[in-house]
Amino acid sequence: MIELRNVTAGYDKKKVLHALSLQFEPGLVTVLAGPNGSGKSTLLRCAAGLLPVWQGQVLVAGRPVCEYEKDRRKLARQLAYLPQSRPVPNITVQRMVLHGRFPYLSYPRRYARDDYAACQQAMEACGIAQSAGEQVTALSGGQRQKVYLAMAMAQQTPAILLDEPTTYLDIRHQLEVLELCKTLARKGHTLVLVLHDLNLAMRYADRLFLLEQGTLAAGGTPAQIAESGILDRVFGVQTERLNKSDGKITYAFDLPLNMPRSKPDE
Amino acid sequence: MKCSRIFCIRTPDFEDNRRRFYCLLALAFLVLGALFSLVGGAASLTLQDFSAVLLGERQTAAARILLYVRIPRTAAALAAGAALAAGGVILQILLDNMLAGPNIIGVNSGAGFATVLCCAIWPGQMALVPLAAFLGALGTVLLVVALAKRTGASRMTVVLAGVATGSLLGAGTDAIQTFVPDALVSGSTFRVGGLSSLQTASLWPACLLIGLALVGALLLRGELDILALGDDTARSLGLAASRYRILLLVLAACLAGAAVSFAGLLGFVGLIVPHIGRRLVGGEARFLLPFSCLFGAGMLAFCDTLGRVLFAPFEVPVGILLSFLGAPFFLWLLLGHKGGHGV
Repeated sequence: MIELRNVTAGYDKKKVLHALSLQFEPGLVTVLAGPNGSGKSTLLRCAAGLLPVWQGQVLVAGRPVCEYEKDRRKLARQLAYLPQSRPVPNITVQRMVLHGRFPYLSYPRRYARDDYAACQQAMEACGIAQSAGEQVTALSGGQRQKVYLAMAMAQQTPAILLDEPTTYLDIRHQLEVLELCKTLARKGHTLVLVLHDLNLAMRYADRLFLLEQGTLAAGGTPAQIAESGILDRVFGVQTERLNKSDGKITYAFDLPLNMPRSKPDE
Repeated sequence: MKCSRIFCIRTPDFEDNRRRFYCLLALAFLVLGALFSLVGGAASLTLQDFSAVLLGERQTAAARILLYVRIPRTAAALAAGAALAAGGVILQILLDNMLAGPNIIGVNSGAGFATVLCCAIWPGQMALVPLAAFLGALGTVLLVVALAKRTGASRMTVVLAGVATGSLLGAGTDAIQTFVPDALVSGSTFRVGGLSSLQTASLWPACLLIGLALVGALLLRGELDILALGDDTARSLGLAASRYRILLLVLAACLAGAAVSFAGLLGFVGLIVPHIGRRLVGGEARFLLPFSCLFGAGMLAFCDTLGRVLFAPFEVPVGILLSFLGAPFFLWLLLGHKGGHGV
């Protein structure tokens, strides 16, 4: 669905991504992980066509992303993108979610019945339909996040790119948001997430791409990556594999043994 | 406001109707303000005078006052009020900053500087003034935005860059007036903002500019709402964000510049009217922009007339009255919402 070929990109004169190649496939939750400054958000912005690439190519639905530049609305019907910094406008939840229909409107920008239906459907899927008339500013952080997600869903795109969708959320909301992503992926959407929380990344990713200083350190299923021991090197931690009582596997991360640590309580 | 919304669920349609109602109220306020401005003043006019003028009587004293004083003055108040309020809404949304009134971020100072400069260099060319003011305002907006971008583009740097640029341009204005005292008919009125020294030669071109810019801004209010979500979101929704951002900044400069060219450095309209609007009709430009235009126009007409009748035959410049009303409101806003993050 989205393919990056040898992408080199950055800001001003600072090169952030170095000849990266990877693919995001439909039906899967793809997670981008890596230490701070490893280029996760930059990669996502390139994939969304928001940051021009210096070299290489980004293909969205088989077409180079620069071809969409003339009419960005065509690209906006292919992929929805949720940026890391999200202003909170003082408008109602419904109006906010309706903004997701913008790519489908032509000038006088009147919403048709289809638009209201898509909006209602997205709000229901995100569990915020009962808040439709409330101001976004009056909602909690978790609710606001769902409003943004609903807006991206109302865009009804094959691909949805989310940059840190779980920041500032309590654990319950984090899990809810990620479950929603998984459900969307199972319906055939291409889900790409930048996640900071490695535990959640390991748990929800179908594909995990590990970035290190602008290059791809590893890609594969979370189990493959955990087994390869590359997490330990990239993050400078020690990964421990734990078997839960229900047979599932989870991972725990700790500082390496040779690091100085606080003494255990006596 | 926050608590009441959480507990009572209102349907969006109901909200829209309430907002339309407020817009109608603002329209009524504008009509009342305009009538008040036509009737009120040092010389009292009666309804008979009005009807006489409407029937074609042009030679009486009352008719002349109405035609050559009151009507231009009312038009000026309405145009300046609507323009500054609309400019304020646009700038606040584009810069994502509740403090970005055209006077706070230096746009008015830029227009004022250009106005005084134009009057000093080409004393007789009144029709050039609105154009010069527009260019001054536009230059300042672009400079402030560029400065803020270079220094980090946070909400605070926009205000800081604006304040610094504004005071520099203000000093420039004062310097010109010191060396060319005749540049303006009434320097002190210009500085606080007032409508007592109107020049019809520059008023009508400025009103035309304001009218066009208002139509443009109202046509682009949907785009303004999308830009309020931030550039990345706007672009990912398919909007050519930077193009519309520049276009709307030009419109805001047009509005503020044209208003300053005849009304002087009017302060708080551009700041408080959008804030009153936000409380009553919410933050969406599709309601906020029309409401602010109507309410700003009505408010300026009302304050201007008040300034004329309070101590008649002496006039208090409307800028003084506006600041007396506006400054306490602004302080209250600062105390209630620290740093302008809420509302």
